Amino acid sequence: MAKILVKETLAPNTHYFRIDAPLVARHAKAGQFVILRVDELGERVPFTIADIDPVEGSITLVIQEVGETTRQMGAMKSGDDIRDLLGPLGMPSEIENFGTVVLLGGGFGIAAIHVLAKALHEAGNRVVSIIGSRNKDLLIMEKEMRAVSDEVIVMSDDGSIGRQGLVTEPLKEMLDAGTVDRVCAVGPIPMMRAVGEVTRPYGVKTIVSLNPVMVDGTGMCGGCRVEVGGKTLFACVDGPEFDAHETNFKELIHRTRMFRPMEQRDPDSCRMLQQADVVSQKPAAGADHESRES
Amino acid sequence: MNVSERLKIQRHEVPALDAHHRAQCFEEVAVGFDEKTARAEADRCIQCKRPLCMEGCPVSIDIPGFIRKISEGDFPGAIERIRTTNSLPSICGRVCPQENQCERVCVVGKKGEPVAIGALERFVADFERRYSLPVEGVKVKPSGRKVAVVGSGPAGLTAAGHLAQLGHAVTVFEAFHEAGGVLIYGIPEFRLPKAIVQEEVTKLRTMGVEFALNTLVGRTITIDELLADNYSAVFLAPGAGTPMFMNIPGENLNGVCSANEFLTRVNLMKAFDFPRQQTPVYLGQRIAVVGGGNTAMDAARTARRMGPDKVYIVYRRSENEMPARREEVHHAQEEGVEFLTLTAPTQYIGTEDGWVTAMECQRMELSEPDASGRRRPVPVVGSEFTLEVDTVIVAIGAKTNDLLLHTTPGLEAERKGYLTLDKATGMTSRPGVFAGGDIAGGEATVIAAMGDGRRAAISIDEYVKEK
Repeated sequence: MAKILVKETLAPNTHYFRIDAPLVARHAKAGQFVILRVDELGERVPFTIADIDPVEGSITLVIQEVGETTRQMGAMKSGDDIRDLLGPLGMPSEIENFGTVVLLGGGFGIAAIHVLAKALHEAGNRVVSIIGSRNKDLLIMEKEMRAVSDEVIVMSDDGSIGRQGLVTEPLKEMLDAGTVDRVCAVGPIPMMRAVGEVTRPYGVKTIVSLNPVMVDGTGMCGGCRVEVGGKTLFACVDGPEFDAHETNFKELIHRTRMFRPMEQRDPDSCRMLQQADVVSQKPAAGADHESRES
Repeated sequence: MNVSERLKIQRHEVPALDAHHRAQCFEEVAVGFDEKTARAEADRCIQCKRPLCMEGCPVSIDIPGFIRKISEGDFPGAIERIRTTNSLPSICGRVCPQENQCERVCVVGKKGEPVAIGALERFVADFERRYSLPVEGVKVKPSGRKVAVVGSGPAGLTAAGHLAQLGHAVTVFEAFHEAGGVLIYGIPEFRLPKAIVQEEVTKLRTMGVEFALNTLVGRTITIDELLADNYSAVFLAPGAGTPMFMNIPGENLNGVCSANEFLTRVNLMKAFDFPRQQTPVYLGQRIAVVGGGNTAMDAARTARRMGPDKVYIVYRRSENEMPARREEVHHAQEEGVEFLTLTAPTQYIGTEDGWVTAMECQRMELSEPDASGRRRPVPVVGSEFTLEVDTVIVAIGAKTNDLLLHTTPGLEAERKGYLTLDKATGMTSRPGVFAGGDIAGGEATVIAAMGDGRRAAISIDEYVKEK
């Protein structure tokens, strides 16, 4: 059992959870994730760790309601218990002084880049965070991002906050100015792929955090296979962060839709598919280049 | 009864559920002996002075001893005999490959059929369960020593049971949310009912063993931290590691998965009861299971029970070379699994949106024996053909997970990542850290892992006493 110390709603259907998990908090590093199961009947679902407090013995997760588990989480309150929580899992992010690092967060992916921004900032990097959402109401953690970044650029689809447009637009401007040493992007798959395509011609190392379907999260099932650099790797133990320029995104998108046949029988069951659908129906800023182009 | 009278009794076969009925449900296939049959079968044992069967048993059960108790009708006495060396008899009686171990060397079997030792073990274990015989409490006084066991599969549970009996305070660390390891996520219900595994875990808890679930040693807590936290010794039994794939084109298409993933979804996460249980499992109508081991048979027989049109076993050697137990192969065939032997997939074909629709195969023929002693399969030129499938389950083995090696300074491994062990004690290159089960190589059976667990418990007991 893991107790929810604090739950807050950050934006419609997007919630902040601070969870009591002393052993996880003691060992977790930026870039890692946990797997949780809400109750006896629940699925094991991975979530990126958004913040770590080893002193309090807590970790932070930011969860968007997209499937059954996340909807159940959305209905939970401070003081409730999560039945099972396993972590930290996966390889920690590579943190060193790279120079100028641009971090891109789309939608609730902003939560995942928060912990990265903090670690990279502490390591002496100049951290520029580009965060985007569809509109003002859906933008989360702007204040927290400002506290751990040298510069924050806010983008929105409708211009209701920050600049109107895709998160890749200011990135391209910075790349043209030649001031970027490294890029990390976390968000919907089409957004991460788009970021990789923007940086590729500039040869700037670009890291994305992948979140494919998993069961155990410890390397045992192989459900999270990803083709990277022509080799099959497991996101749970070899990742979850990979080089965007080496990642086979087309295959990744197919694989996240694996449970569509089940989904049609039960529209509430599959997290990843719903995530994919949410992305294609309601693109966040910079979230879906494909659907914008088509 | 004299020996010649005993030798005249025919072996009693273990009854099985009707193949048609069982192919549609997850009920246990082997039914087990009743009391009368068990006693009659026990009468076949000639009580050898030098019982070869005991030498064939990885945990050296007093086989003639417990069988004599059965023939005398003293079933509680029989289970007591077994439990002195085997803490998980209801599991061993079901999943041990007795035909390669105790029963293979049974003297009665030299001229006729061996005594049905496995079925008799299962009978007394089931008797114990049925009458809820009290678990022997720990008799020795507490040693004051703490021992950590990493992994709750057969090696870990066995070690934990023996260490607790020796008076040590044992904590078992398990990454999953339920204890049992491969006994829970891997071996299907129809071969080993999960209630039995849960009862064994409950017994260990009664003996004072603690279980720390949702704890991945190497990530949630490290071995160095355990040793610093007054654990006098650690037994590593984390299991086989990561599933292997063939690295052929199309292997990441949707509909292709590892046997580990398929079996875990069905067994541990109960995906057969989707959507009440929230974990789904994908299964089409034409299933190919690649491999010829027990895991392949488990996957094929599990798939068969979920009602698809066709289930194939695709195996590159012939049926004779299959590592699976004869009984499993036989049961699979009875249940309607079709065997494509001397056949190897070369690539998978898929749709534009990434779903597997077919596998390209090649016929094989057997040539000279290879390192494993089995005849090596070589492709037959021009024998390529296409098999239409919409689901592929890859069951070709596992390789070690290197998490513990990476997170434990001083821990060493040899070829293929198996931990380097002292042959006599089972201790790794790190003092106080022992290992067993699949992480130590070996033959990847439940009973071999249990043998490792028992040996490690004895070594650990000596080690912590000297400390």
